[in-house]
Amino acid sequence: MLEHVELFFKSIFIDNMVFATFLGMCSYLAVSKKVTTAVGLGAAVIFVLAVTVPLNWLLDQYILRDGALAWLGPEYADYDLSFLSFILFIATIATMVQLVEIVVEKFSPSLYNSLGIFLPLIAVNCAILGGSLFMQSRDIQTLGLAFNYGLSSGIGWFLAILAIAAIREKIRYSNVPAPLRGLGITFIITGLMAIGFMSFGGMLTGGDDAAPEVATETAVKEEKKINKEISEKEVSYNEVLNK
Amino acid sequence: MRLLSKKDSGLILDPLADNNPITIQVLGICSALAITAELKASIVMAVSVMFVLAMGNVVISLMRNIIPSKIRIIVQLVVVAALVIIVDQVLKAFAYELSKTLSVFVGLIITNCIIMGRFEAFALANGPWRSFLDGIGNAAGYGLILIIIGFFRELLGSGTLLGFKVLGDPITKTGLYAIGYENNGFMLLSPMALIVVGIIIWVQRSRNPALVEEN
Repeated sequence: MLEHVELFFKSIFIDNMVFATFLGMCSYLAVSKKVTTAVGLGAAVIFVLAVTVPLNWLLDQYILRDGALAWLGPEYADYDLSFLSFILFIATIATMVQLVEIVVEKFSPSLYNSLGIFLPLIAVNCAILGGSLFMQSRDIQTLGLAFNYGLSSGIGWFLAILAIAAIREKIRYSNVPAPLRGLGITFIITGLMAIGFMSFGGMLTGGDDAAPEVATETAVKEEKKINKEISEKEVSYNEVLNK
Repeated sequence: MRLLSKKDSGLILDPLADNNPITIQVLGICSALAITAELKASIVMAVSVMFVLAMGNVVISLMRNIIPSKIRIIVQLVVVAALVIIVDQVLKAFAYELSKTLSVFVGLIITNCIIMGRFEAFALANGPWRSFLDGIGNAAGYGLILIIIGFFRELLGSGTLLGFKVLGDPITKTGLYAIGYENNGFMLLSPMALIVVGIIIWVQRSRNPALVEEN
């Protein structure tokens, strides 16, 4: 239970998709002129992420990762299809987006019209594919955690676009230097917001006192991982050389 | 005889400045921001995108008359994903460390909006040779911004360029460091990428007032 809570807040605030990893920036910048459209797109992104991340987790677990095909029989245990993950993930996402498009067109034509070209572009929104790829590279353990990760990353993205849309509605009345109007000032505001979000980094570590300890712990882990990778690489390298 | 006609050379030159994919069309921002803390990563990313965009444009342009318009997005995604898998595997084979630095962002070339944008706007309506040039031009405009950002972030953030210590050695205090210069570590953090792009846009639009937006 605790790990769910931790992952939830971590994905929303600390690893926020927009401010920490810059995912989904194109639609973030293009659809954030009005709060209402921003809310519509944000909701669609939450939904698509919450569905595609667990689906892709299943694909990764039972088809793609090294030895995942063992359930088919012992002779398949050596297959590593992870190089196919891009193509399978994007196919899942494209299908889900098509589904969302049909549903939105049926139930809310006004939202459909205001989202315009950006609804099909959710398929190429980096936040969606990025969610699945980070799920894969961060080694999320269970289906429940994968769902949690998708949902909370979506909420983080939603919060970001909502905030910037609200600021952009107000900034219309400010005296911004002409060359910075529109895109330029949006970039700079996002940068400042990202600096603000960096302060959430202390949230799970318990502030300054506990921070160094946790930091070294992860650093040690990272180092071990890297060393392991290097030695594995060397072994395979030597094997090739010996042949 | 000129190598390229005037119209064709426009395909390459326009996206470099007046119709730049990043600063004007607002496409492909994610990777421009995330991997530009080092110049080397920026260059590799620019080259990878150029390969994927030029090849993808040619493939889509060759198939443009037989793709049913209803499923074109899925067809486009499959073409891009196949090309990106090639790039990813090549990077893993020949530049393993670098592919670790780029992490998931190689995969995210698939969802780089420049690529889908050019397929939709250009390759579906033009022949292979012009699509190829268009791909090279747009990827060059994208790469140019990436390299500018990477240059400033690496120079001001760690005092190096492509790993060479151009400003002197911060530990033994040579070069600029001898007179009290300090690296600005803040440039390496993610928020500064956004602000650097903002400044590039500022400079570009104050030189060319025709690009200024209303609000």
